[in-house]
Amino acid sequence: MHIVVCIKQVPDSAQIRVHPVTNTIMRQGVPTIINPYDLFALEEALRLRDADGGEVTVLTMGPPMAEDALRKALTYGADRAVLLTDRYFAGSDTLATSFALSQAIAKIGETFGPPDIVFTGKQTIDGDTAQVGPGIAKRLELMQLTYIAKIASIDLDAHEITVERRSESGTQMLKSKLPCLITVLEGINEIRRGSLQDALRAARSEIVTWSAADAGIDDLTKCGLRGSPTVVKRVFAPTGRAEKSVQIDTADKALRDLADELIAAIFTRQPALEHELACDGA
Amino acid sequence: MLNANREPPPPAAGRAGMKKDLPEHFKDYHHVWVFIELERGQVHPVSFELLGEGRKLADKLGVQLAGVVLGPPGEASWHAVAEAFAYDADLVYIVEAPLLGDYRNEPFTKAMTDLVNTYKPEILLLGATMRGRDLAGSVATTLLTGLTADCTELDVDPDGSLAATRPTFGGSLLCTIYTLNCRPQMATVRPRVMALPQRVEKPVGRIVELKLSMVEDEIVTKVLGFLPDAQSAKANLAYADVVIAGGLGLGGAENLQLVTKLARALGAEYGCSRPLVQKGWMPAERQIGQTGKTIRPKLYIAAGISGAIQHRVGVEGADLIVAINTNPNAPIFDFAHVGIATDAIRFLPALTEAFTRRLSPHSRDKLAS
Amino acid sequence: MVEEKFDAIVIGAGMSGNAAAFTMASGGLKVLQLERGEYPGSKNVQGAIMYADMLEKIIPDFRDDAPVERHLIEQRFWMMDNTSHAGVHYRSDDFNEAKPNRYTIIRAQFDKWFSRKVREAGATVLCETTATELTHDTKGTVIGVRTDRGGEAILADVVVLAEGVNGLLGTRAGVREMPRPETVALAVKEMHFLPEGLIEQRFGLKGNEGCVIEAAGTISRGMTGLAFLYTNKESISLGIGCLVSDFAEKMESPYGLLDAFKNHPSVKPLIAGSEVKEYAAHLIPEGGYKAIPRLYGDGWVAVGDAAQLNNAVHREGSNLAMTSGRIAGEAIVQVKSRNLPTTRRNLALYEAMLNKSFVLKDLKKHKDMPALLHTNSNNFFMTYPKLISQAAQNFMRVDGTPKIDKERATTAAFISARSRWGLVSDAVRLAFAWR
Ligand SMILES: Cc1cc2nc3c(=O)[nH]c(=O)nc-3n(C[C@H](O)[C@H](O)[C@H](O)COP(=O)(O)OP(=O)(O)OC[C@H]3O[C@@H](n4cnc5c(N)ncnc54)[C@H](O)[C@@H]3O)c2cc1C
Ligand SMILES: Cc1cc2nc3c(=O)[nH]c(=O)nc-3n(C[C@H](O)[C@H](O)[C@H](O)COP(=O)(O)OP(=O)(O)OC[C@H]3O[C@@H](n4cnc5c(N)ncnc54)[C@H](O)[C@@H]3O)c2cc1C
Ligand SMILES: Nc1ncnc2c1ncn2[C@@H]1O[C@H](COP(=O)(O)O)[C@@H](O)[C@H]1O
Repeated sequence: MHIVVCIKQVPDSAQIRVHPVTNTIMRQGVPTIINPYDLFALEEALRLRDADGGEVTVLTMGPPMAEDALRKALTYGADRAVLLTDRYFAGSDTLATSFALSQAIAKIGETFGPPDIVFTGKQTIDGDTAQVGPGIAKRLELMQLTYIAKIASIDLDAHEITVERRSESGTQMLKSKLPCLITVLEGINEIRRGSLQDALRAARSEIVTWSAADAGIDDLTKCGLRGSPTVVKRVFAPTGRAEKSVQIDTADKALRDLADELIAAIFTRQPALEHELACDGA
Repeated sequence: MLNANREPPPPAAGRAGMKKDLPEHFKDYHHVWVFIELERGQVHPVSFELLGEGRKLADKLGVQLAGVVLGPPGEASWHAVAEAFAYDADLVYIVEAPLLGDYRNEPFTKAMTDLVNTYKPEILLLGATMRGRDLAGSVATTLLTGLTADCTELDVDPDGSLAATRPTFGGSLLCTIYTLNCRPQMATVRPRVMALPQRVEKPVGRIVELKLSMVEDEIVTKVLGFLPDAQSAKANLAYADVVIAGGLGLGGAENLQLVTKLARALGAEYGCSRPLVQKGWMPAERQIGQTGKTIRPKLYIAAGISGAIQHRVGVEGADLIVAINTNPNAPIFDFAHVGIATDAIRFLPALTEAFTRRLSPHSRDKLAS
Repeated sequence: MVEEKFDAIVIGAGMSGNAAAFTMASGGLKVLQLERGEYPGSKNVQGAIMYADMLEKIIPDFRDDAPVERHLIEQRFWMMDNTSHAGVHYRSDDFNEAKPNRYTIIRAQFDKWFSRKVREAGATVLCETTATELTHDTKGTVIGVRTDRGGEAILADVVVLAEGVNGLLGTRAGVREMPRPETVALAVKEMHFLPEGLIEQRFGLKGNEGCVIEAAGTISRGMTGLAFLYTNKESISLGIGCLVSDFAEKMESPYGLLDAFKNHPSVKPLIAGSEVKEYAAHLIPEGGYKAIPRLYGDGWVAVGDAAQLNNAVHREGSNLAMTSGRIAGEAIVQVKSRNLPTTRRNLALYEAMLNKSFVLKDLKKHKDMPALLHTNSNNFFMTYPKLISQAAQNFMRVDGTPKIDKERATTAAFISARSRWGLVSDAVRLAFAWR
């Protein structure tokens, strides 16, 4: 079985700062991580490989330094890493990203064998759109299985897969065909540590690095800014609320009185609430 | 692919100038559409929230607001149609087919793209639910148009283009996104980000039906079964009127009962900040914030939560935010309406007790007399 | 156990570890480097000063691509009391030279760059891998390390301990002691982000010029300690450190001191409006020459902070770390190239070479300083700063008091605070310790 996992290197959003005066993003020193959702996808792929044999190829599109993310994925135990990097990809929105990635996956198929499953994360923490996965599926005409909570079984001979898919009000059991694209839910598994042997191998692996041309992309109008129907026109900081919160003074007060005071403050602001709560609460 | 001439035209002299000259074949794309999401006979409230937003956009543009119902033949679908009108749709497009019973990507994508290609909307809005996102991604890719996810504000520019504003960089900034040179302009919005509009009493309007040109044999993915969530276990955070949430400040899993007790006393839902989910103290569906639920309750009480931006974006729609935090400089006090700088572990029991006292029938009687 | 064997395993990818790994890999040895952080420098977030000369000896053309922040053209030493500072400033355009001598750096970025050089030189670098213990043969010779990756062990002829000041590997193996509270300082620091232009305006800098402030005085509340402020490109690193034993004795909190420093009227305007990020606390070995543990043994050497090679008096650490790492690397390359076993006897070459370098010479020169400053901390960090401030103010205030009276008052203040004998003895002792 050949599995391709799309991972993205993202800035650790917990550490992104916005300058208080100029409202610009201060990128200095913001570390990058593998998009946390993609680690669930990677681990799921590794588990399938460990159970059924085969290979896991990780793929990322990004600047040259995205190599760090790939190397890390190798440390976890992936077999091969492909970096798709080219200045033509700069400024891609999800439509252009899914185009480039789908072309690269096709090329991976030609070079290393066609994938049975392509995994993506549920969403990224920087783009946060959950669109790239479906986009790839559509372009490669793969069966699209999103929000998968469990892969119940795979029958490689029959090219069949059964999965559990989350919906708003329950769980769907679906049976579909390989090749397919799966986006997994967070929490479906826990990423492994990776053995010393894997780590050594990862440290020394060559990362397969492809330009647009290497990946067989000749229509550059579908890439990067040019291939992106959406444009970001304005980036700005959210305006804070004008009024500051009313602080309840806690000095020298018994807890009981404090609680009464807080409740009074709540009901003064939301008088209707007291009646509603009294009816269905308590 | 349905339409070869859908390919976006080559850009006019780089995109930096952001020239919006819409190609001729998109110029007859009009009206605002909202996908009416139907699951198991129920319309997801996010669809009504979107009809509310769609109404405003349609009015600004001077065009019509349409609901789009994709569903199985029968009552449920027609109920959805009626609901769309009750939330002020001017017309409803419906594709009724047995294949549209349980949600599957293939028939839904087919139905939606056929509708778009036939009736040509300029704006198409979907809820950012699991289904909405699954569908929006493949529809936009099929149509080769732009899709802006998780918008928090929708507006139209004087020239008529959709200005979709959404959080970026983990919520620390907002950005406004346009779809140039392609139609429809697509956007998704998370449940509870927009307010629920008033129902209107108006007669059922125009209904446009389209046949689904697809048969079961063409669909690869089969539904083997559906396991509905047990009602009791399901957190209905997003739509609760009162939400009590705990954060890391509670110190340990053993203190979570302080939150659940208060919630029970108020008939409220309870939730938490992300670290508690990561520690396994609470299930993921109770997480509130950017990567959890967006809530819009009348009252939100946050205990031991610092108020990080990722949490903040999920609760800002609440009518009244109350924060309990030992640190008077915690960022949560920047957006809470009422703050109390005290130890939540000691304070919560007192608060529960005080609420119970105040809300008990006995004391109400006293109040009345 | 991993089958493969290495010539050398370096524990840690800080300044010293990178220098050692780079030198050995460039010298043709098969080198494995382990770093427990997510990437090299991830545990070293803060800004620091980097000394070009020591790096040039390892990577001569580092200026081509190393991520440096600003080169220093100005140094300020401040004696502070609670409301003032008196100081010596030195600023020279001569420091705007083609190959500047000192730079501010941000460790997270710099260490990453250095590590890339190490990899390019041919070493294998594993991050997120902690060495948990040294493994020995029956004779007690170190033959490798065990890691936290499934407890797997890996073999090498020599292990270079470059694990920093509180690295547990060496102490656990008994090759050195835990740092003692009297010989390590605890430094807390913060990064304050400010727009580039504002930093240049506040410090009178242009382009990549940088400025450093080092300050002592009542801000350390009578403890042996120093505060510092470095200008980076778009941020200011500042912090304060005092001996751990002092903190314990005086029951002071490091963050309390840092807060006071930040709110000092001389410092506050320099960082006003900044956004704070990255609090960090870190130990600095301050024991000087007398605290240096054994530097080598059968199958191992220790370098950098792990060997307490740190010149607290001059606030130098990374240069000693780089140099000791490089020298250890050179010594090991020599031993290996002569096909000698990496025994204690043969590795003695490292110490011999280190003795000839500035590293041990500088530390020997100031060997009495730590003790002197420590035992007299109240005088040096409370009494004198206050006296100097009073004297300066007395001198500057024009209020009709005859100058001669002013001078007398100043002298009297000094004598009453320290006594004539005390003043002389402090001066003499300081001079001797410095010598
Ligand atoms: C990509 C990404 C997505 C994220 N998504 C979310 C999300 O959806 N939702 C979310 O919540 N977070 C999210 N986070 C995490 C977020 O950045 C914060 O780390 C998190 O919200 C902090 O949780 P907390 O407030 O419970 O903990 P802390 O930040 O540790 O705050 C604890 C607070 O409790 C106070 N406290 C301590 N003791 C007491 C006491 N006895 N009584 C009262 N107060 C006390 C402290 O003063 C402090 O303010 C996300 C982060 C990332 C990187
Ligand atoms: C506040 C402060 C300011 C300073 N300012 C300056 C300055 O301006 N100029 C200057 O020259 N010096 C300065 N120093 C001193 C300087 O930072 C140190 O002397 C220098 O970093 C020592 O380098 P090192 O390689 O020995 O140790 P470190 O840089 O501490 O590196 C040790 C590395 O080993 C890793 N490690 C530890 N244990 C293990 C293990 N078991 N397995 C795997 N990896 C492990 C750690 O993660 C770390 O990356 C300062 C120190 C402090 C605290
Ligand atoms: N540049 C990229 N390179 C590789 N995979 C990506 C990239 N961008 C997005 N993905 C994948 O698509 C998923 C959804 O991303 P998004 O649509 O941005 O939320 C991610 O979890 C990744 O698996």
